[in-house]
Amino acid sequence: MSDGGIHPAKTFVDAAHDTLSNTQMRRNLRHVTSAIRDKRTRAVSEVDNWEDLREVASQTKQHVLENLETYLLQLEESVTRAGGQVHWATDAREAREIVAKIALKHGAKEVIKIKSITTDEIELNGFLQGRGVAAIETDLAELIVQLSHDRPSHILVPAIHKNRSEVRDLFNATLGAKLESDEPAQIAGAARTYLREKFFSVKMAVSGANFAIAETGTVCIVESEGNGRMCLTLPDVLVSIMGIEKVLPRWEDLAVFLEMLPRSSTAERMNPYNSMWTGVTENDGPKEFHLVLLDNGRTQVLRDEVGSQALKCIRCSACLNVCPVYERAGGHAYGSVYPGPIGAILTPQLLEMKDDKANTLPYASSLCGACYDACPVKINIPEVLIYLRGKVTKKKGTTLESLALKSMLWVMQEPHRFEGALKLGRLGQGPFTQNGKFTVLPGLLSGWTHSRDLPELPKQSFREWWKEQGQ
Amino acid sequence: MKVDLFITCLNDALFAQTGRATVQLLRRLGQEVRFNASQTCCGQMHFNTGYQSDALVLIRKFVEDFKDSEVIVAPSGSCVAMIRDLYPRAAEWAGDHALHEATLKLAEKTFELSEFIVNVLKIEDVGAYYPHKVTYHPTCHAVRVLRVGEAPLKLLRNVKGLELLELPQKDQCCGFGGTFAVKNAETSTAMLSDKASSIMQTRAEICTAGDNSCLLHIGGGLSRMQSGTRTVHYAEILASVEKQVRP
Repeated sequence: MSDGGIHPAKTFVDAAHDTLSNTQMRRNLRHVTSAIRDKRTRAVSEVDNWEDLREVASQTKQHVLENLETYLLQLEESVTRAGGQVHWATDAREAREIVAKIALKHGAKEVIKIKSITTDEIELNGFLQGRGVAAIETDLAELIVQLSHDRPSHILVPAIHKNRSEVRDLFNATLGAKLESDEPAQIAGAARTYLREKFFSVKMAVSGANFAIAETGTVCIVESEGNGRMCLTLPDVLVSIMGIEKVLPRWEDLAVFLEMLPRSSTAERMNPYNSMWTGVTENDGPKEFHLVLLDNGRTQVLRDEVGSQALKCIRCSACLNVCPVYERAGGHAYGSVYPGPIGAILTPQLLEMKDDKANTLPYASSLCGACYDACPVKINIPEVLIYLRGKVTKKKGTTLESLALKSMLWVMQEPHRFEGALKLGRLGQGPFTQNGKFTVLPGLLSGWTHSRDLPELPKQSFREWWKEQGQ
Repeated sequence: MKVDLFITCLNDALFAQTGRATVQLLRRLGQEVRFNASQTCCGQMHFNTGYQSDALVLIRKFVEDFKDSEVIVAPSGSCVAMIRDLYPRAAEWAGDHALHEATLKLAEKTFELSEFIVNVLKIEDVGAYYPHKVTYHPTCHAVRVLRVGEAPLKLLRNVKGLELLELPQKDQCCGFGGTFAVKNAETSTAMLSDKASSIMQTRAEICTAGDNSCLLHIGGGLSRMQSGTRTVHYAEILASVEKQVRP
């Protein structure tokens, strides 16, 4: 099932090992991320004032976070006025219960879903199944992930790790399709036949939300296939679940985000489908509309001045596509529905920095800064990563690593200690080096010599040379 | 100009030749080079690994050591990025306003070697001679935090005898990332192997960069692969002249 939740089952190192040793998956990842990366650079370079737009988008999101309560209450009022119903969910369990209750009330045996990353966050599918309600993903990639009992590995391209022939085999096995070729048109055709039947028969839909406008109560979803629009318009009942940070103050604010989101994510000038709806309208679209406002740790994150930047995220996935760590380790390594650099700062915070496995995520970065450069809302991801590492080390207390760094600190506090340590090092390194280099190191440093040599300490340090020159 | 050299702990201990080259180069360009022997480490490793209170001890020490400097120059993009970008942040997080003020002042007078030569001294040809095939790896912190841009390339292009070879996928991180290389060794190695194969594709004799930490990683990998390509800090290339004159 595709409802992965946000609790990693393994540490990043252990989970990354699985992808790193899977050469096919690494090839798939490399191919897709580099293709999207190049396309995105072109799409962004077409906009002359991209940097100005980034600033506006960043400030708008920051303003929302600083006045979140005001805008959420306004949103509730606007949605209610337009005939919708608003529900507040403090955590994943409450949110699941709300959706299940609505489904059971309407006697729904099946629900169709679109744009469902937030529903994956709350692990909705499995929960509904337990109540006798089957949740059917309608986004093609999400459907692929669901049918293969896999987990999404990318926000934008959930099935990024699968190639076409794998998908053809999957559809033949699960949808009863008889595809001989793995041409995209054939694969899409098989999915279409299956999904059409669902669109016309299923009475309830569940969606996520890209944005919601406080002043009008309008909810907005952007997508590429049009399957979302079917979900949003055909069923009688529509339930949309959104993280509370997705609210925007005014209708005008949407303009800048509809420019930035597609260019940052799919490298398109505009999304093929931008759907917006406001409450319910007689004889048009769903008869009942429910909006579930999900907290699930977000208010806690909001209280942290540095860490709360993560809530500016508009889920474009630009940071994933430029991240060298994501490209090698893959989305599954992050153990959460939020992978990549943004996941590395969002997941542990949503879990209030209490989950030891999620707390390995802030270390899953070389701090190269490519994510910050790519982020359309200017989340300083490297800064937050370092900041969260501070929280993790504090929580862990004394470890072998903290002791090693403490002793290094002691050495670095006084230049004569540093000089002494270098002399000691030179004396002690002899038995461990060969041809002027270390090839095997013990303990914490063994990770280095796993693939790299290390030069030995030279006969003279810089400071010794300087002194010798009599300067 | 009185230039205070921040040699960085890694260069001091492992790459003294880069330090010597930096001194020679700056003197050749007419600068008065000073070395305050009280200096040790900028604290980047502690800060980036999550030991921020330990790092603050070294940050305060650095601020004290260099408080009277006119200009501080270091042959390391990441250490300069630490000083310019993260020192003020560290002081902010610690709620130390006086330190914050001091770090902002420090940031204004601290430069990475190539940006000091090109942007401050306005020199693009340092009169170097280096008859080798060289490829240049732009390091992440120099590119994305310091925005040194073309400065190192401008200098390298004017080196006589040097053939500069374009590095494919040059903007990709080499996978070092300080303690990342050890804590996530397997991912770091995957990044390194792509970087190494890009370097080998160029058929360069030497891979150069402005940061010996990245070069330690890349060079360590190239050495393990017995690639035959060496790593050399660009300060050493720029310091080389046809008739070597010792200072």
